[in-house]
Amino acid sequence: MDALSTFWNIWVFAIVFGTLIACGLLIRFASNQTDDGETTETTGHVYDGIEEYDNPLPRWWVMMFWATIVFAVAYIAAYGLGNMNGFLKVEVDGKQVPWSQTAQWQNEVEQFDIKVAPVFEKYAATPIVELVNNEEALQTGQRIFASNCSVCHGSSAKGSQGFPNLTDNDWLYGGTPEDIVKTITHGRHGMMPAKGLMPTMTDEQIIQTAQYVRSLNDDDLTYDAAQAEAGAGVFAQACTACHGADAKGMLITGAPNLTDNVWLYGGSTKQIEFTIRNGRSGKMPAQGDRFSKEQIHVLAAYVYSLSYKEDTK
Amino acid sequence: MKHDIIEKNIGLMIVLIVIAIAWGGLVEVVPLFWDKNTNEPVEGLKPLNAVQLEGRDIYIREGCHVCHTQMIRPFRAETERYGTYSRAGEFVYEHPFLWGSKRTGPDLARVGERYSDEWHRAHMYNPRDVVPESIMPSYPWLFENKVDGRDTPKKMTALRTVGVPYTDADIEGAKAAVDGIREIEALVAYLQQLGTVMKDKQ
Repeated sequence: MDALSTFWNIWVFAIVFGTLIACGLLIRFASNQTDDGETTETTGHVYDGIEEYDNPLPRWWVMMFWATIVFAVAYIAAYGLGNMNGFLKVEVDGKQVPWSQTAQWQNEVEQFDIKVAPVFEKYAATPIVELVNNEEALQTGQRIFASNCSVCHGSSAKGSQGFPNLTDNDWLYGGTPEDIVKTITHGRHGMMPAKGLMPTMTDEQIIQTAQYVRSLNDDDLTYDAAQAEAGAGVFAQACTACHGADAKGMLITGAPNLTDNVWLYGGSTKQIEFTIRNGRSGKMPAQGDRFSKEQIHVLAAYVYSLSYKEDTK
Repeated sequence: MKHDIIEKNIGLMIVLIVIAIAWGGLVEVVPLFWDKNTNEPVEGLKPLNAVQLEGRDIYIREGCHVCHTQMIRPFRAETERYGTYSRAGEFVYEHPFLWGSKRTGPDLARVGERYSDEWHRAHMYNPRDVVPESIMPSYPWLFENKVDGRDTPKKMTALRTVGVPYTDADIEGAKAAVDGIREIEALVAYLQQLGTVMKDKQ
């Protein structure tokens, strides 16, 4: 693959070697003027009676100039110039190819893959439910998580508003190893339309529904009983299609369970009303193209381990 | 020696210094102006639409390129984190380039579709809401300011004169497309397309 046309190839060679030769001639010219040693000739400047001897450049300095020219030629021979390849080779796909930036990159990637492939193969052969007992695998998964998932889910995987907590064993799309692998590979998109299935919902009904939703949660949430009662009817009409008649959510739609006091978008009255009024859209981008199957396997094991451990405690 | 002539004529000296400094560019830069690799767009590359273009100008205005690069170098450590290395052909419609030179934050060359729109909005409003360790500044005014489409057609016309293939229809529809949208929408639209043209190669 010639990067340059013939003209530009000649151009590059002519300028590079022309410059090298010109530099060489200049050095010869500058150091030929006198033999070694010093002269008594001056440059002719006089400043306040101070004159300057016209001595040749110091020898060590001249030698350094020559050394740079030798280095340039050696460098060109090693790495190439224009369309010419140098003598350096790197191994790509088991073949020795002339050095290039991309060939070197490919080589780096391949060498690394060869190194880690057996490790990942071993992990991939272990089912996720067993892999969670492998400390080393979990550490690998933790690192993949830290550099790719923590941006949304947090470095402790506890999520933040709108980004699910992965440590609480409360799953929008299912928490089995298979579900987790599927979520990572294909991504998820949870859409709650504004006002559910009832576009005509009034402000009052929104307030009532929010109170009803709060009333579904057992413990500390306060709510207005009368409004909650009124909201039950609205909920049945607008919300149950996705959240279910019992409001415990649905894995297929990713609609959250509204009775467990776990809130993706906040559980305050205001936040719930906002959610009902405006709807929500939570998207997890698909990661399938960015990771190998084995990497996703290990990553899923790490995510699974986060709440699996919680389970056993 | 005759260097007196140069030393006593500052104008001549300036010219010769410029030539000396630019000399390497004759080999390193000039041939690239005619090189296929640097001039031909990669397959599927499209010019930014009006909204994305306005987003790009907000990106420049807020100085995002000061802390974020858009240039993935061909090193394993970089391609592992950011995706495949940047190709010259991805940037042929970029005027000016936003490659940047310093990474205070991560590279953004392939940030498109990596996170959700929702995430970007939360992150721009206050980065610490989603990434507690972040040192990025907040940009809350992007949520209030509206994009004014008055100059968008002119920008596109200007870009067309330097070779970005906008059609007349693109330019005519530009004002209507951006008028009145919030700046954050434009910025997110710009960010979400970054690097996606080579998505299948990542």
